[in-house]
Amino acid sequence: MDAILKVSGLAKTFVLRQPRDTVIEVLRDISFAVFPGECLVLSGPSGTGKSTLLRILYGNYLASGGSIRLRQETGWIELAGADPRCVLAARRHTLGYVSQFLRVIPRVTALDVIMEPALLRGYAKEVAQAKAEALLVRLDIPEKLWSLAPGTFSGGEQQRINIARSFMVFWPVLLLDEPTASLDGKNRQIVLELIEEAKAAGSAIVGIFHDAHARDAVASRLLYMKDEKERAHVT
Amino acid sequence: MNVRLRDAQPGAASQLEVPARALSGEKARPLLQVDDVCRLFGPEQGCQEVSFTLYPGEVLGLVGESGSGKSTLLSTLSGRLPPDRGRVRYRDGADWLDLYAAGEGRRRALLRTQWGFVEQNPRDGLRMSVSAGANIGERLMAQGARHYGRLRQCALEWLRHVEIDAARIDDTPETFSGGMRQRLQIARNLVSGPRLVFMDEPTGGLDVSVQARILDLLRNLVREFDLSVILVTHDLAVARLLADRLMVMRRSRIVESGLTDQILDDPQHPYTQLLVSSILQV
Ligand SMILES: Nc1ncnc2c1ncn2[C@@H]1O[C@H](COP(=O)(O)OP(=O)(O)OP(=O)(O)O)[C@@H](O)[C@H]1O
Ligand SMILES: Nc1ncnc2c1ncn2[C@@H]1O[C@H](COP(=O)(O)OP(=O)(O)OP(=O)(O)O)[C@@H](O)[C@H]1O
Ligand SMILES: [Mg+2]
Ligand SMILES: [Mg+2]
Repeated sequence: MDAILKVSGLAKTFVLRQPRDTVIEVLRDISFAVFPGECLVLSGPSGTGKSTLLRILYGNYLASGGSIRLRQETGWIELAGADPRCVLAARRHTLGYVSQFLRVIPRVTALDVIMEPALLRGYAKEVAQAKAEALLVRLDIPEKLWSLAPGTFSGGEQQRINIARSFMVFWPVLLLDEPTASLDGKNRQIVLELIEEAKAAGSAIVGIFHDAHARDAVASRLLYMKDEKERAHVT
Repeated sequence: MNVRLRDAQPGAASQLEVPARALSGEKARPLLQVDDVCRLFGPEQGCQEVSFTLYPGEVLGLVGESGSGKSTLLSTLSGRLPPDRGRVRYRDGADWLDLYAAGEGRRRALLRTQWGFVEQNPRDGLRMSVSAGANIGERLMAQGARHYGRLRQCALEWLRHVEIDAARIDDTPETFSGGMRQRLQIARNLVSGPRLVFMDEPTGGLDVSVQARILDLLRNLVREFDLSVILVTHDLAVARLLADRLMVMRRSRIVESGLTDQILDDPQHPYTQLLVSSILQV
């Protein structure tokens, strides 16, 4: 099968003017491809740029150099340097992203947060709601919380809302930044099952998992990111 | 509108999907085209060298320090302040309208029907001495609506949209709280079904809990009615919540523009870095 994401020669250097001039070279010459149905795990010590790489793939950080090609229904597009509309369209249809923390929006209920990606894709409201409720049950969120805004939820509950949201629709490419970090053993297991199901459905997953058990359970391949500016390589 | 499935994969989701809202030809064509607009009151006071394109359904945020020229630019874009040079063009169906080359009548008609303007101070955008219902009905009457029952029905519907108790329909905004006035101003603007709405610090004078409610409301209305919005705000959290993309202004010029979360999380220009780092967290 053809790859869905091809990264080549990717580089990222932060040039900070505040509070004083600082240049941080984080990524250099990173190349890899990801195929539908597999999970590529980014591993390596803290600070080597794993989250940075994921954010660049999502268009949240700008690449300093290199190319990120994404295969969409309509053909290949170049994400590095793409204009905002193009990135937003890719995010709506192709690129899913689970951050470590939920960004809470005042007054928006847990159920609405979860349903949103489906509604944006045009699901009927009842269909979206049924699916969201099934995920909430599966992730063990008490029903009395469903219609509250998640601002007051615990860290683990917020993270599960975040996860439910991301597994509402099929993502051709799914980016996961430590999705199991603040979860207990039982919930972690459920998330690993969701990831396996997404793989089986044909998602290409790029993920970061600090927990070795989770990593071993879902990884198809590892991209090891070394310290001291040594080049990353795929094993 | 052609029907197609977004997810061409064997999983369960694809059968359930209905077509996404029209991303057809209409959405792919620009709504507003701004070319090298300049309006200066003094050196670097006002706006200059501004060019950009706005598409249907896009929310564009304008951020920057006080005095950087945000309001000046907004006035120029919205037909209220002629530029010293440059051009603002609006697409009305198949026609491109050059805003300041068009006659005063055409420009005013546009402002009353297809455009809206939400002022920071609701007093400037409302008629304070007439009822809430009449405030909402005004644009419709200007468009020729005369049927009293229908105007009232419409006013009631819009009061509901902006979460104002229907019982207040005959009260004047003078008796409303700041947050209610702002919501009424929003209803008054949106009732005519505008395609493009300008907003200058729409939550500026309100306290935080009231702000959250208005932001949530705006967020939903923008989606529901597929509005294009140009929004001036100095509050980066507001920008994060509402805007698809941002333009950062400093001393009359756009110094950086891009996807909202990218600008806020990975700012490139030293001034944007300062702006983002000087607040706690957005
Ligand atoms: N927005 C940013 N601006 C400036 N520097 C940044 C930014 N984001 C990340 N960095 C820097 O990039 C480097 C890599 O950070 P990153 O978060 O990608 O590491 P990581 O591999 O995910 O680490 P961890 O395992 O601890 O999560 C760090 O030195 C960090 O300070
Ligand atoms: N009508 C005017 N006559 C003279 N100078 C003006 C006029 N309008 C604006 N200016 C000047 O142009 C500059 C930009 O003003 P503007 O109101 O556009 O700033 P702004 O970015 O909206 O600021 P704020 O965030 O404080 O509202 C300021 O220096 C202002 O004094
Ligand atoms: Mg990280
Ligand atoms: Mg202003």
